[in-house]
Amino acid sequence: MRMFGNEGAPLSMTDAIVCISDLKKSFGSTLVLDGIDINVGRGEAVVLIGASGSGKTTLLRCINALEVYDSGSIRVDGVEVGFGDSESRPRRRRSENELSGIRADIGMVFQLFNLFPHLSACENVMLGLTKVRRMPKAQARDKAEYWLRRVGLADRMNNLPGQLSGGQQQRVGIARAVAMDPKVLLLDEITSSLDPELVGEVLAVVRQLAAEGMTMIIVTHEMIFARDVGTKLVFMDGGKKIEEGAPNDLLRNPRHDRLKAFLARLEMH
Amino acid sequence: MSDLWSFTVGTLPFLWSGLLMTLFVSAVVVVISAFVGAFFGVGLAYGPLWLRVPLRIYSDILRGIPLLVVIFSIYYLLPFAGLNLQPLPAVLLALTMFKTAHVSEIARGAIQSIAKGQIDAGMAIGLTFHQRLVYVVMPQALRRFLPPWINSVTDAVKGSSLVSLVGIVDLMLASQQVIGRTYQPLPIYMLAAGMYFIINFSLSTLSRRLEARYAYVRE
Amino acid sequence: MEYHLNFNFIWQYGSRLWWGLALSIQLAIISVLIGCVIGFALAVAYTGGGRLTRLAISSYVEFIRNIPLLLLVYLVFYGIPSAGGFAYDAKESFVATLSLYAGAYLVEVFRAGLDAIPKGAIDAGKAIGLTPWQRLVHVRFPIMLRIVLPSLSTSFISLFKDTSLASVIAVPELTYGANWIKTNTFRAVEVWIVTAPMYLVTGYVILLGLRILERALIRNRLT
Repeated sequence: MRMFGNEGAPLSMTDAIVCISDLKKSFGSTLVLDGIDINVGRGEAVVLIGASGSGKTTLLRCINALEVYDSGSIRVDGVEVGFGDSESRPRRRRSENELSGIRADIGMVFQLFNLFPHLSACENVMLGLTKVRRMPKAQARDKAEYWLRRVGLADRMNNLPGQLSGGQQQRVGIARAVAMDPKVLLLDEITSSLDPELVGEVLAVVRQLAAEGMTMIIVTHEMIFARDVGTKLVFMDGGKKIEEGAPNDLLRNPRHDRLKAFLARLEMH
Repeated sequence: MSDLWSFTVGTLPFLWSGLLMTLFVSAVVVVISAFVGAFFGVGLAYGPLWLRVPLRIYSDILRGIPLLVVIFSIYYLLPFAGLNLQPLPAVLLALTMFKTAHVSEIARGAIQSIAKGQIDAGMAIGLTFHQRLVYVVMPQALRRFLPPWINSVTDAVKGSSLVSLVGIVDLMLASQQVIGRTYQPLPIYMLAAGMYFIINFSLSTLSRRLEARYAYVRE
Repeated sequence: MEYHLNFNFIWQYGSRLWWGLALSIQLAIISVLIGCVIGFALAVAYTGGGRLTRLAISSYVEFIRNIPLLLLVYLVFYGIPSAGGFAYDAKESFVATLSLYAGAYLVEVFRAGLDAIPKGAIDAGKAIGLTPWQRLVHVRFPIMLRIVLPSLSTSFISLFKDTSLASVIAVPELTYGANWIKTNTFRAVEVWIVTAPMYLVTGYVILLGLRILERALIRNRLT
């Protein structure tokens, strides 16, 4: 049950924390994103669903500039992510150093966890705090330990990633992203690489974060989770946004054929 | 500047016989070490214990000592062992023994890198040890053997330069002789470097092409 | 041919061998350290650089790797002073040569190491907002170091053996010491029977030592 969010109603640009407008991206000659418009309000949880290759992950990676988009706009809290605007050079590609600053306020959790293999769980969470947020080490450690406790890893703080299960690694990944106090959290199929019995513990953490009002954009195949946590569902196909609306509406009464077909395929499992 | 060029080019004839000696030494060493090394490699991979242990000791000793020391050691140890060889055959023997040790390692590595599943499959369809060796292991091992072996060929060419230290007039010593007469070390050494470079760079480019071509075969 | 093995020279001149060995090890250590700096810097430059940078670095690497070390030693010791005018002593010259030589080989080692870093770890570094420099220092370098440690060990042992070439420009390392003893005592056979194993055993000891070091570093996560 969500306490905040408009339950699928359209947001004005000023309310939105994340504003994506007419976004286009190609990889070589393949058009992967074909004019995407999405607005995410404070405290909302937008869930992107669709078949593989529909562009969902690429969209997510454009939001925190892991991929550079070709045209259109992505604004996070009013700041255009990929391009800067100056008098002399409007729409100039941002340098890596500028992007680092922007990425600090956007959190991402990866499908393959991507923990730093040479650092313990605690050190993984602390790295961003000490180097990017410039916290003193003691304060960073306190914060890291707090978040690791929140995700249920109080007794694993000094373990290396190699000594943790998939579910535990992913929870460290979540702690690492959330400890940075991001304005928006991006979750890229975070349970797809997990053994089924480990999925629950990870989703439980995300549910709790959502209930506390964390703005998030989620890419997932877990429909039950999507319906529970999401305030807005977006169905993508072939790089375009096909349908958008409240989770219950979309899932029970799909309007477009492609969405109907997609949902039908999921039922088959 | 053109003086320097014509001078340098003028020394070429004197270096020519040195270059031939370098090529001769390299060729002899490479060919003999290739055959013997391959045999040793097979022995190291498949041989019984009484064969593998001496081969292992031989290989480890010769790879653990610098080439220069191997040359000096064998050069002076030979008369003691009863073999009175001329300088050239003596140093050829030293170089060949050294390279054989390296080649045997490469061969062993190539053979042992073939996945056990291949041998299992060969056994499953009833091939004898000999048949498995010839039809399953060797063809695959050869592909993994060639690129590093060609690298060892360039090492042999570079190693041949050490024969200059026991008086054999190869490219290295020929260069020094010319310098002794003309007192222009830099251009002549650069010229010799150029010649070594052309030989070895061609070989290593060949090795890279082979590696790329066979890359798809490796799992 | 009658020949009596006579190892007496060891008591009289043995110190030349021991001090020579010490110098060999010293030369190897200095050269590998300088070589690592050169190799790592060039590897990073190569990975992040444009066509011209990559071409320059490749040229350096290919030139050094395709000529005999002996030639390089002479080139640096005799060739450069004759053109540039500045002369340096044999030891300095050899260290410079071996460092350049090591650098050329280590560029490949470090480049392979940098390539082998899982791309996901770099993405994660980007995602938490680290600058490119921070990613290099805190993510790429530590991970790469653990990957290249075995190759660095073999390179070091190789360089140790290559120090024997310093003898040709009269640097008093182990091989030079052995040659000196041979010239002054005519005990050619005995001196090599002693010296060759010295290289062998030292190499082995270094190998074992480095393996223990590797394991200790990884266990304590000092890298």
